[in-house]
Amino acid sequence: MAVLETKGLTKDFGGFVAINNVTFSLEKGEKHAIIGPNGAGKTTFFNLITGHLEPSAGTVTFEDKTITGMPPHQIVRLGLARSFQRINIFPRMTVYQNIQTSLIARDHKHFSLFAPAAAQNLQETAELLELVGLDTEATEIAGELSYGKQKQLELAISLAENPSVLLLDEPTAGMSPQETKEAIALVDEIAKTRGLTLLFTEHDMSVVFGIADRISVLHHGELIASGLPDEMRNNPEVRRVYLGEGDDAAA
Amino acid sequence: MGWSMPRGVLISCIVVLVALALIPVTESRYLIDITTEIMVYALFALSLNVIIGFSGNVSFGHAAYFAIGGYVNAILLTTYEMPLIISFPLAVVASGLAAAFVAYFCTRLTDIYFAMLTLAFAMLVWAIAFKWRSVTGGDDGFVGVHVPAFLDDRVPFFYFTLIIVAVSIGILWMICHSAFGQTLIAVRENLTRAGFIGVNTRLMRGAAFVVAGTFAGIAGAIFAMYNRGVYTESAFWTESAQVLIMTLLGGMYSFFGPAIGAAALYLLERFANEYTQYWPTVLGVILLVIVLVLPEGLVGLAKRIKARLAGGS
Amino acid sequence: MDMLLSSPTFVFIQVLNSISLGMNLFIIAAGLSLIFGVLRVINFAHGVFYMFGAYIMYSIAQDMELGFLTGVIAAAAGLSVIAIVIERGLFQWLYDKEHLMQLLLTFAIVLIMGDLAKIIWGTDQLSVSYPEGLSGATNLGITFYPTYRLLLAVIGPLIFIGLFLMIERTRWGRLTRAATQDMEMLAALGINVPVIYVTIFLIGSALAGVGGALASPINSPTPGMDATIIVECFVIVIIGGLGSLWGSFVGALIYGFVFNFGSVIVPNWQDVFAFLLLMVVLLIRPWGLFGKPEREGH
Repeated sequence: MAVLETKGLTKDFGGFVAINNVTFSLEKGEKHAIIGPNGAGKTTFFNLITGHLEPSAGTVTFEDKTITGMPPHQIVRLGLARSFQRINIFPRMTVYQNIQTSLIARDHKHFSLFAPAAAQNLQETAELLELVGLDTEATEIAGELSYGKQKQLELAISLAENPSVLLLDEPTAGMSPQETKEAIALVDEIAKTRGLTLLFTEHDMSVVFGIADRISVLHHGELIASGLPDEMRNNPEVRRVYLGEGDDAAA
Repeated sequence: MGWSMPRGVLISCIVVLVALALIPVTESRYLIDITTEIMVYALFALSLNVIIGFSGNVSFGHAAYFAIGGYVNAILLTTYEMPLIISFPLAVVASGLAAAFVAYFCTRLTDIYFAMLTLAFAMLVWAIAFKWRSVTGGDDGFVGVHVPAFLDDRVPFFYFTLIIVAVSIGILWMICHSAFGQTLIAVRENLTRAGFIGVNTRLMRGAAFVVAGTFAGIAGAIFAMYNRGVYTESAFWTESAQVLIMTLLGGMYSFFGPAIGAAALYLLERFANEYTQYWPTVLGVILLVIVLVLPEGLVGLAKRIKARLAGGS
Repeated sequence: MDMLLSSPTFVFIQVLNSISLGMNLFIIAAGLSLIFGVLRVINFAHGVFYMFGAYIMYSIAQDMELGFLTGVIAAAAGLSVIAIVIERGLFQWLYDKEHLMQLLLTFAIVLIMGDLAKIIWGTDQLSVSYPEGLSGATNLGITFYPTYRLLLAVIGPLIFIGLFLMIERTRWGRLTRAATQDMEMLAALGINVPVIYVTIFLIGSALAGVGGALASPINSPTPGMDATIIVECFVIVIIGGLGSLWGSFVGALIYGFVFNFGSVIVPNWQDVFAFLLLMVVLLIRPWGLFGKPEREGH
């Protein structure tokens, strides 16, 4: 069953068509990777789905509900959360507050003028901190964490929303091989225990072929192929436009 | 309850409160007057900081809500001879409603556009006060405000101000340290991200604007009675700039910073006016110093010095 | 109101008044908008620059009797010098800082230059005569109309065409437009971005000076005139769209018409009409009639 679908999704930036007529579906429970060369439109695609950008044409459906043109804060509440390629946290708040605020928002308490912040969602904040391995950094200023830890924090912020579908834009960008391995193991684990559907973009092919159930390929804003990892590996068009002549990248 | 104020801050607050309560004992009219005014400005600056320090927007038109509070209270007390218990709350509500109206338009935009709009709307309030002579007294000001008999003397008025300001600041403190306040900081820190944790950022910024306008109205309503009058200048943009500078001078990233800034700037103005008629230039130079070397204000400076001392030992 | 409806001549005069006022305001608003378009700074001091333009005109044309045209040139030159000093001395340190700091810096300039004007020119209202030969009225067939106002209505469009050609038709203009898109790219191509910045700031500020000089026979130089004009400029550029030349032009014209006809219909409340219009525009097109949405931060 498809949880997320796009039909004829198009984004035209004043003559430059970043996403062209993309029809795509995400199945419940799968881990789906979107790959494509730089500038293929992956991030734009995410921005269109999550309401960060308004599509020029086409529709986005989430759990049989049309969400085209909805603002991000409403889409998040339906259960579609995301992380960003460039780190997107609350830099001058503590690690603890970053997660806690996300929980406050989820529970619709952000308009509670007289509920002390320091007393909100303590248990759950602690659990999320532990889940992503940031419990010892709880009181640190988020912006001062190492890059890899900031990525983990952003993951926790997104998880705090209790999403059913999580969109991760380049979850391992800028990480060392060791950090990448740990981060992917963590995401994989969380997806399993929470029953999350995962849609992610990723440049590291070993990660893609390591965890993805299905792969879609974007090229010049168009969806040129979609299928199982093995099919993609052997799809001649994918090899031509994306993997190039050599197949070492897919190894 | 769950409220927790750091011990040092709590003790400082109590000390300041007790010290203030003892001021009338000195029987110095000068001291009582100065302190009354500083308390009003402190509340005014703290209210502005809900917009600047917490929601991360800049208002160049905060004086409008101060002026509306003042005018409405003065007009209801005097023209309509209402009792204070009715006029004062109505004045505060009027300020809040005006802020809500302006926020509806201003929050459609962010950043520079927001700042320009707040200024433009404040000048609209000024223009109305200026031209609606039959009600506001126009450029002659609204004079001869009927102050209730029990507040006629300086000392009762001082205590009245102290109580209202202290309670208001207490409530503001709670709001700023509530779930709402913390979410506002998140909106300031990262507008986009705040949207993606499910927060309607436009509504949040609007709510901050209304809270700020409401408390500015309280300050304005007190000030109208203290001065026995309200003048168009109180809505003029230079007044907005002055309170903005108070807020920044104290430090926008700390709750009490703006109150310190208000006291510092007020005293500086009193002092400077004895030596020069060019207070705006002094203000401009202070602003340059803030922008170029003291972006986190006096509180930020104090923290830096403390860190330096701690690091040196 | 009845008079307005019944007399075509009266309407005709009001139309000319509106265009004349709008075109004078256009010159000033265009400078503000141009600076924002490239430097991404809203210069609160733009109104003070305008005021300085008017005062310089007074000193040159009235005080020293060197002639009206000399006054206009002196205002442009004077503001150019001020612009260079401010851009190189202060602004350039703040381009990568928060917008708040930039706004505050320009506000500090307002405060200091406002006092400076009081020191130099005092606090009295000064009057500037119309330039020789332009103080009378011109016969337009159906009515006589003040020649000087007619001149203002002509100068505005000329400046518009000049700016338009500069931005759209020259290599330098193309670079400036590119600077609004991506200054890092320009720097990478070896273009001297600081020179573009200082030049744009100079042109924008000189426009404020010229606008003030030209307005001075109608708007007598006086302290506080800076606050009025800056708010009018804000209203115009928000209606038209910040950073858009067409926006400033159309916005200023609209403002001129609303202000003039507003003052005929409900005297004394014309400013309020401009604000009502502003609110309507904000509801329908938050970025102004010709504006483009800002890219979001982060």
